[in-house]
Amino acid sequence: MSLLGKLSWSAIPVHQPIIMGTVACVAIVILATLAWITTRGYWPYLWREWITSVDHKRIGVMYFALAMVMLVRGFADAIMMRTQQAIAAGGAQGYLPPEHFDQIFSAHGTIMIFFVAMPLVIGLMNFVVPLQLGIRDVAFPTMNSVSLWLTASGVLLANASLAIGEFAKTGWVAYPPLSELQFSPGVGVDYYLWSLQISGLGTLLTGVNFVTTILKMRAPGMSYMRMPVFCWTALATNLLIVAAFPVLTALFAMLLLDRYLGFHFFTVDGGGNAMMYVNLFWVWGHPEVYILVMPAYGIYSEVSATFSGKPLFGYRSMVGATLAICVLSYTVWLHHFFTMGASASVNAFFGITSMIIGVPTGVKIFNWLFTMYGGRVRFTLPVLWTIGFMVTFVFGGLTGVLLALPPVDWQVHNSLFLVAHFHHVIVPGVLFGVMAGYNYWFPKAFGFRLEERWGVASFWCWFIGFHLAFMPLYVVGLMGMTRRMQHYDVLSWQPWLWVAEAGAVIVLAGIACQFVQLVVSVRNREELRDTTGDPWNGRTLEWATASPPPAWNFAVLPQVGELDAFWAKKQRVGAKQEQPMLQRDYKPIEVPSNNPTGFVTSFFVVIGGFALIWHIWWMAGLGLLGAAATLLAFMFHPDEEVEIPAEQIALFDRTHPVEVSL
Amino acid sequence: MRYVLLTFVLIGATALGGCAEGVLDPKGPITFAERQILFNATGIMLAIVVPVMFATLGVAFWFRASNERARYRPDFKYSGRIELLVWSIPLMTVLLVGTVAWVSSYDLDPPRPIASSAKPVKVQVVSLDWKWLFIYPEQGIASVNQLTIPVGTPVSFELTSSGVMNSFFVPQLAGQIYTMAGMVTHLNLQADYPGSYRGASANFSGDGFADMHFNVDAVPPETFANWVASTRGAGRVLDAQAYADLVKPSKAVAPFTYPSIAPGLFAGILSAELQSDQGICVRYPESMRAAR
Repeated sequence: MSLLGKLSWSAIPVHQPIIMGTVACVAIVILATLAWITTRGYWPYLWREWITSVDHKRIGVMYFALAMVMLVRGFADAIMMRTQQAIAAGGAQGYLPPEHFDQIFSAHGTIMIFFVAMPLVIGLMNFVVPLQLGIRDVAFPTMNSVSLWLTASGVLLANASLAIGEFAKTGWVAYPPLSELQFSPGVGVDYYLWSLQISGLGTLLTGVNFVTTILKMRAPGMSYMRMPVFCWTALATNLLIVAAFPVLTALFAMLLLDRYLGFHFFTVDGGGNAMMYVNLFWVWGHPEVYILVMPAYGIYSEVSATFSGKPLFGYRSMVGATLAICVLSYTVWLHHFFTMGASASVNAFFGITSMIIGVPTGVKIFNWLFTMYGGRVRFTLPVLWTIGFMVTFVFGGLTGVLLALPPVDWQVHNSLFLVAHFHHVIVPGVLFGVMAGYNYWFPKAFGFRLEERWGVASFWCWFIGFHLAFMPLYVVGLMGMTRRMQHYDVLSWQPWLWVAEAGAVIVLAGIACQFVQLVVSVRNREELRDTTGDPWNGRTLEWATASPPPAWNFAVLPQVGELDAFWAKKQRVGAKQEQPMLQRDYKPIEVPSNNPTGFVTSFFVVIGGFALIWHIWWMAGLGLLGAAATLLAFMFHPDEEVEIPAEQIALFDRTHPVEVSL
Repeated sequence: MRYVLLTFVLIGATALGGCAEGVLDPKGPITFAERQILFNATGIMLAIVVPVMFATLGVAFWFRASNERARYRPDFKYSGRIELLVWSIPLMTVLLVGTVAWVSSYDLDPPRPIASSAKPVKVQVVSLDWKWLFIYPEQGIASVNQLTIPVGTPVSFELTSSGVMNSFFVPQLAGQIYTMAGMVTHLNLQADYPGSYRGASANFSGDGFADMHFNVDAVPPETFANWVASTRGAGRVLDAQAYADLVKPSKAVAPFTYPSIAPGLFAGILSAELQSDQGICVRYPESMRAAR
């Protein structure tokens, strides 16, 4: 047995020019960034203010930045796939051999779900929820930092597979028996499993953290029915995380036992049953869809109310619909495999439950519509993304109900129709929502608004590119094209795939516009400055403090007497019924001190995870021991908090005045 | 807006026209019924989805902040009647489409035999890496990547897999069904029109997946009988030894036939899978190799 397990120089795919070229580019970008940080002397600042930060706002921003970088990676995979399928028709084999193409579609799905969509919504929840609840931080700030860095560890491991070894060639669901050692002897599936185990642990901790925060730590007077809808959807999402992610962890643990210790949970022989994996995967997988989309529903609710200048229509109905989705999302998982050969009663039952979950979703759409009705709709960027979502999503929902009909599902399951459908709900549902939230809360996070014109260009590129990329996939799906094909023999599919390719290029332009928008906004930040803390005439508490908020969020915790208390107060002040400012009695505030627990733990976890993937047992032991020791050291360390003196708080309030205080 | 609509109609028309070989061009009773359900459900939902799309755009446009004529009603935040309406519309739709789901799940259940005066042809299907084996137990022959069936006669399938999971799918003749090692799934289909139809695996199964498609030739019963007769005769028998050779992974296999089969082969493939308890570090279970 070698000291380095399965690892050797042959693990680096030197003979694959595409991979090596990518690795070289990525390496240059990383080295250039590091060199820039070093020459500018930013390391101490980064370490003090960001890497060791336990401030929920900083952590939220880091989650978001991580996800945007991964969006580029995931999209690079997407456009490579589209190009391959556009050219590999008839006898042509395209430019990607199967063993590479298979890794790309597996990586695309894994990265987009776990390392783009998840950190995007978790990042926004991190930033927004404590502010909307009118509190100073989440329940467990250091654990929050651990969550972030565990997620980053998973990201790092999954991306390391590009340069060292390979990624899974099984699709992002990694169904056995294909993902068993017998059929996937390489390290690809191990990269998949360990990176998701590690980031999944981070997500679970986030879930625990936010459920606790929302249930126990709201501002004085904020009863449940006075919580903003985004907080409700965040609560529902985190309840789902707490209930669903342990299933995934246990499931992957079983597959790992199969692969590492010769167990027979899902093997072909020895009494294993692969369908148990498929069941459990979707017991996690369907709630996961709602984990992603519900925070976006919350964003749409906030945006439509704020920019219509009126309260959300049917608040109670919206809360009810959110909770209904939360519960119902556990009753539909079998619709992912109607083709397994279950009995007619089973298929019919799950077909109908899948449709029923469309009811609360439909209610939400109507309520957003009635929120705009009678309003004064300002067509800002968040509103553009919201309306783009509403008109697109209803059609994605339509194809979803079609797929919930077992006989239709038998015809289009695993086809590009299915691929078109789930992109049709996840891209408008989650990504458009996140973009609305990004444009909406950016001024709160950084103190200046995002530039409009490049944002509008980005929206239209995304909107048009999305339709051009996915509508043709419905057509080829109906023509019988199944997913994950490295090449195909039916020439009549090809024109549609060229249209889809064009759509992907337009989406690329949309992503480019987003980055340009960011750069232009940073340059013009003085013109776009938000000096009031309330650039949109907002309704909820995050707008009742300065932009960007101080480390303590609120000098005095706001007193909440009703739903949309901030808006109501502004109305009363406007009608001269109340004084804008309350008499402030500043007291010193204790905030948790920054600490490197999360970063150091994750450093060891990366070492341990990498070692487990390559069977380097001594190093795995070292990594896990290091991680455990770091956590123990934190736990037995006396609580360290910094006290911010009252004078400093008072000074900040004087220099950053807000219009009204609660 | 007119042009947008026109574009949609044109795209829709080309799309439907382009689907000549897919699920929108059924060639048997099962797929015909499935397409009908697809159309009905789409129609029911379009009746709601399209107005909602236009209502969204219309409301957003009319209530734009710059429109002086739109009435600003900042207190319009609840209406019991509207709530009742917005809950009932999707609920009614689901009631309607859900009924379709319930009835059709039973009617078109894949194991359900197709009513016909003709005696069904039995075919046993095994998905291999990366090709399809079709065993005709009653005719005593077998073929690879070539499925020949008589027109107007129900065909009854038993399906399994040698290892990884696949999905048996002939879009114009039947919905798909998984093939899983150690388990049997059932599917019935019938071709009403003679012709050559594309069949494929719909579930990703590894590097050779893209070439894992096969031809379905639906031919008149006499032609089918001739094909069976001409297939029988000299050639290699599909026994355990030949099967062991066949399961070795291979890509893009040209169709060929076996003139005869060893008795109980399909049952052997199934049970051997279950009995084998080999270690995990082998490419295929012991039972799948020549020694047995």
